[in-house]
Amino acid sequence: MAGNNPNSKPMNLTLKVWRQKNSKAAGNLETYQIKDISPEMSFLEMMDVLNEDLLLKGIDPVAFDHDCREGICGMCSLYINGRAHGPERGTTTCQLHMRKFSDGDTITIEPWRAGPFPVLKDLCTDRSALDRIQQAGGYISVNTGGVPDANEIPIPKTIADKAFDAATCIQCGACVAACKNGSAMLFTSAKVSQLAMLPQGQVERKTRVENMVAQMDKEGFGACTNIGSCAAECPVGISLENIAMLNREYIGASFTSENV
Amino acid sequence: MILDSKIPEGPLAEKWDKHKFNVKLVNPANKRKYDIIVVGTGLAGASAAATLAELGYNVKAFCYQDSPRRAHSIAAQGGINAAKNYQNDGDSVYRLFYDTIKGGDYRAREANVYRLAQVSVNIIDQCVAQGVPFAREYGGLLANRSFGGAQVSRTFYARGQTGQQLLLGAYSALNRQIAYGKVKMYPRTEMLDLVMVDGKARGIVTRHLITGKIESHSAHAVILATGGYGNVFFLSTNAMGSNTTAIWRAHKKGALFANPCFTQIHPTCIPVSGGYQSKLTLMSESLRNDGRVWVPKAVGDNRPADQIPEDERDYFLERKYPSFGNLVPRDVASRNAKLACDEGRGVGTTKLAVYLDFADAIKREGLEKISQKYGNLFDMYSKITGENPYEQPMRIYPAVHYTMGGLWVDYNLMTTVPGLYATGECNFSDHGANRLGASALMQGLADGYFVIPYTIGDYLAQNPTARVETSHPAFKEAEANVQADVNRLLSINGTRTVDDFHKALGHIMWDYCGMARNAEGLQFAKQEIRKLRDEFWRDVKILGTNEELNVTLEKAGRVADFLELGELMVEDALNRNESCGGHFREEYQTPENEALRDDENYTYVAAWEYTGPNQQPVLHKEELKFENVKLTQRSYK
Repeated sequence: MAGNNPNSKPMNLTLKVWRQKNSKAAGNLETYQIKDISPEMSFLEMMDVLNEDLLLKGIDPVAFDHDCREGICGMCSLYINGRAHGPERGTTTCQLHMRKFSDGDTITIEPWRAGPFPVLKDLCTDRSALDRIQQAGGYISVNTGGVPDANEIPIPKTIADKAFDAATCIQCGACVAACKNGSAMLFTSAKVSQLAMLPQGQVERKTRVENMVAQMDKEGFGACTNIGSCAAECPVGISLENIAMLNREYIGASFTSENV
Repeated sequence: MILDSKIPEGPLAEKWDKHKFNVKLVNPANKRKYDIIVVGTGLAGASAAATLAELGYNVKAFCYQDSPRRAHSIAAQGGINAAKNYQNDGDSVYRLFYDTIKGGDYRAREANVYRLAQVSVNIIDQCVAQGVPFAREYGGLLANRSFGGAQVSRTFYARGQTGQQLLLGAYSALNRQIAYGKVKMYPRTEMLDLVMVDGKARGIVTRHLITGKIESHSAHAVILATGGYGNVFFLSTNAMGSNTTAIWRAHKKGALFANPCFTQIHPTCIPVSGGYQSKLTLMSESLRNDGRVWVPKAVGDNRPADQIPEDERDYFLERKYPSFGNLVPRDVASRNAKLACDEGRGVGTTKLAVYLDFADAIKREGLEKISQKYGNLFDMYSKITGENPYEQPMRIYPAVHYTMGGLWVDYNLMTTVPGLYATGECNFSDHGANRLGASALMQGLADGYFVIPYTIGDYLAQNPTARVETSHPAFKEAEANVQADVNRLLSINGTRTVDDFHKALGHIMWDYCGMARNAEGLQFAKQEIRKLRDEFWRDVKILGTNEELNVTLEKAGRVADFLELGELMVEDALNRNESCGGHFREEYQTPENEALRDDENYTYVAAWEYTGPNQQPVLHKEELKFENVKLTQRSYK
């Protein structure tokens, strides 16, 4: 049933899906045919249809991460036709709709590919390395209570807006998956710049960048060679400027930090 | 059983301060001898886990997602209320309290709601200190907007992603405690049972979602912050994994379940487009600040929106409620959208939608200003529908969004099981029969940052520090029960999928226990749910084993619980022979189709006791006493 596009016809598709029993098993691409896919469906609803079909045939359904299905939780993470989150710019997998595909298409679906993101099963990967980078310093050390009135910290609107833009990162890891080096610079820089821009973040400004970068390196993420695929594939438009800011913060900190 | 709400004595405005002084304290050196389990890491869970760890308690936090930051609070769009009165427009703690009580159609506790309004101001301070980038004015101070059910601007926001920014604030505080080693985080881990020792909550049994390992965790107290149960309807604005399992299993262990039928149907969601639909997407209520809701005046008018002249449009909310207009509370807006569609005046191919039109706002303020305010929401709408809301009106329809019901808690947020607490959406406490917009974020953070850190100390101070080992027979028994449930599910090997059952349940709930309910329909639904539940346990098809990532098995466990909860919701809706807030019984309405309360007979919280499989639950009543607010028919005209 079409919601708004009366010309939309159901599609038949060929799917090549990465199947891997668990983190230790070898994986391979399996081919599945899928019929009568409405262009109004989301990509993950198409995956639901596939899974219902597989289940009834007695085949283990394809495991993939997803939760909110509105582009904000950052859990969905499919590598579609060689691109993180698929062909539509600025769009998470869950917000991608089948109207972006055509009848007869072959779609290849893989998990995020990066050393620090081991495959858990099929299309699910372990992205806890990103949490550990945040734990290394992605916060302002204030306890609950005993803080000043909110309006005692005036922040210019332009700064607040820029900090907000950096803060919208959804921690999906597409930047890492899109990078040929498997670098997490865009991810790390988003939090570093958000807090470096805000007055509240000044006190821990130097140690924060040092500790987060150190953790990033420890997790085995690659170096940044300024290609920019990360920002091009980022579903929420985190800007490359953040990486420039991270570098500036890091170099500044290494000259003046007391952490030596 | 007598329900003791433990509301402190004294004048409303002094209750909380007095209570904070009267509660027992745990001295700093002793706090490290107590372990606390927090299940769920949304606003209510993450804020509680972080704050309790800051105080010195040992915290174990659990979530089913791969990271605590993915909890569904992240998807809240519009904003968070606080009685700051920064706008000098007449707001106050008392007004926020009053609006919330009235918005909830006089079915919430005065004392709890007053406390919520009091601590609301601290929440904003806390979040700003954490670096949450709220919207600001050019002078550098915080901006506000207005929301449904209020005539002041008290809503703080971060574009259309307020929940995300608040949760990331709480997540950052949680991360800091994880790094310190004061919080041990267990992601991809689902709570499957509550463990009680000597009548007190002393731990939980979990299943690890990757390995299938069933494990026990012991503590001195357990906090459930697991969110709402809207997914009982299958289609809702909740995340796909949102579920009732933790609170339902606690209910089966003795925690009473309050007002289960109080469901919020949000008026502005993107309409259903087909049977494959897996979830519904909300368009923030903040859009009603500028968008005008309308349908054609004539039944069966199939012209496109831009061909319907102004005088043939019915801006029904503005017409019926001139003083609140498009900003009436959610239950009122939803019911009126349904009425318009029932009359045959719905729009779009399914005719189950009304327009939300920004043409006037764009004319008045310009495209850029509107895009600044709502850009991300407009983008989301166009990604999902393929339509451009800057050029043609949005089509919207009500969808299940929030559940006001939940585990019964006293003023301390403790359930009827000693040592078991419920915070945020999973308790019943603050929103009565209808929650006002921008109040869910407020309640989640109030509970976690500012209420539970005080009240849990009172309980712990009266309990010994001795730990219970997970080798205790109570843990072993609970583990065995969980394992037996899993085995039972895996052994059925039927012919229907879990989703198929879930959808069938959703249809029953939406048709008979949704926006409008009546006794006959509810009786019918009760029978249907029972039949469906029997069939589920006979015919559900689950492949694979426990010892792996088994998504079907996870879902089956959750749907099994929804199949039991659904019946209780119907039971509760049947029992409440009145209309109030989101609970609309067709038999009880005014001549203008407004909800008709029966204050004489139903000014109580309906708290249900579980009595066994397929047994009639027992109703306990907590009478609601209104000492400060006079009960009136809500009017938004």
